[in-house]
Amino acid sequence: MKRRDFLKLAGAAAGASSLAELAGCAGASYKARVVVVGGGFGGATAAKYLRLWDSAIEVVLVERASLFTSCPLSNLVLAGFTAMDKIRQSYDGLRRHGVKVANDEATAIDAAKKIVRLERGGDLSYDRLVVSPGVDFSFDEIQDYEPAMKAGKVLHAWKAGPQTVDLRRQLEQMRDGGVFLMSIPPAPYRCPPGPYERASVVADYFKRAKPRAKVLVLDANPDITSKAGLFKTAWKDLYGGIIEYRGNCKAVGIDAATMTVKCEVEDVRGDVLNVIPPQGAGDIARQAGLITTNNRWCDVDWRTMESKAVPGVHVLGDATLSGPAMPKSASMASNHAKIAAAAIVEILAGRTPAPVQILNTCYSFVSEKEAIRVSSVHAWDDKDRTLKAVPGSGGVSAARSEAEGGYAWSWARNIWADSLA
Amino acid sequence: MLVLAAAALVATPIAAQDLQGRNLAASCAICHGTEGRSVTKDMVPLAGLPREHIVRQMQDFKSGKRPATVMHQIAKGYTEAQIEAMAGWFAAQKR
Ligand code: HEC
Repeated sequence: MKRRDFLKLAGAAAGASSLAELAGCAGASYKARVVVVGGGFGGATAAKYLRLWDSAIEVVLVERASLFTSCPLSNLVLAGFTAMDKIRQSYDGLRRHGVKVANDEATAIDAAKKIVRLERGGDLSYDRLVVSPGVDFSFDEIQDYEPAMKAGKVLHAWKAGPQTVDLRRQLEQMRDGGVFLMSIPPAPYRCPPGPYERASVVADYFKRAKPRAKVLVLDANPDITSKAGLFKTAWKDLYGGIIEYRGNCKAVGIDAATMTVKCEVEDVRGDVLNVIPPQGAGDIARQAGLITTNNRWCDVDWRTMESKAVPGVHVLGDATLSGPAMPKSASMASNHAKIAAAAIVEILAGRTPAPVQILNTCYSFVSEKEAIRVSSVHAWDDKDRTLKAVPGSGGVSAARSEAEGGYAWSWARNIWADSLA
Repeated sequence: MLVLAAAALVATPIAAQDLQGRNLAASCAICHGTEGRSVTKDMVPLAGLPREHIVRQMQDFKSGKRPATVMHQIAKGYTEAQIEAMAGWFAAQKR
């Protein structure tokens, strides 16, 4: 039976194929099973908090990667200011909380039968499902992107991993006097300040290692989408003559032979091409019918994170149709997960969950040591049926500083531990 | 036997005030650590701090009496009642 294969993979002791069987088994000690698809900030945090808040719930986390790699701080790897192993974590901490970690890929969801189909582990039944799929890229919106990427001529490095390592290598190999060409997709995309952070820290690397090299930023948006004032001040103070920024410049094609990014308005050549494609909810969300809006994002009930399209399925993180003034960030995904965990515990106990107020913070490095920050607090609004920024709260750093840089590292260490340890 | 086993599965529901404190405080964990047990020194651990101390700090962040890099902007997002619920919950956590 395929179920048994899965349970072997997950390292569980006894096999049981349904809630009824679990409850009937002498050894069964769970009242319900929650399956979590995706072990990023959202999924990992949901799995951990479900176990923390109700240890009678069996939690199975399905994640295809054997190690967690953090997108936050991965720009520092690109700039050579930290190493890949510093932004990686194992899933063992979750196992210590009793989460069953299945190193497998969810290939389909059957919400009517309450089953997740795994690539290797067979079918997995659930009582509630959490889907935290992150984003996938709309490569087809940029002509010839995929062949150019496969040939290593263009990279996105917008999911930390092999492309982070490859792009770092390309930056190291680039000639002094070369152009690092970045292209930013139209908002919303994962991590609004991320591209500007990347431009900043790569410029800091160039300043020391290749003083004649340039960073050219082509932004599909009319202006910097996050912390604009702080980024502009940093660029003026620190990287005059290194960073050039062009707004309203949307990439529509790649010519790998001439290393050219074709925009709607002009064609631009570079030595290293880092084109970040437009994004939407991860592919499994599409397969499961969770996408509700602009053919990209998943609308949810912000009191529970339950999908507005598929009952019994909670969607977290970057894949959601963001609420007003809500960025697609690690902090948000982590706190979406806590809304979902609290709600699922209540629902499985037959109670009605109360809305939960959450907060966001994104730190961005503007040099090796200095960072800037944006924060916001989001509360349920009964009239508009969504989470809204609390008036008078939130804001950005007074100025870039090494103190914020220190806090950025501490935030990272705490959110990694909060998700995975 | 069956009745006993079933009873054991029912977690004791926690009081509404505690639940509100727990759920609000969970957001703070991204900086202050799970249940307020920070893994770094500069993000102050909140677990086990006296309730009144937490309430006072939050009020001082809100009013601007205590200078801060971030907490003034966060504290302004919470009512007095919410602050008290969080403070009570953090105070009850083991260090
Ligand atoms: C983005 C990171 C971040 C988040 C999120 C955050 N804090 Fe803080 N907290 C800090 C920092 C940094 C300080 C030090 C003061 C400063 O610079 O703002 C601090 C200080 C404090 C202190 C003072 C502790 C002492 O004894 O001096 C309290 C209390 C506190 N935070 C409570 C909270 C609560 C409650 C929440 C959630 C509503 C929260 N914090 C969320 C970063 C954070």
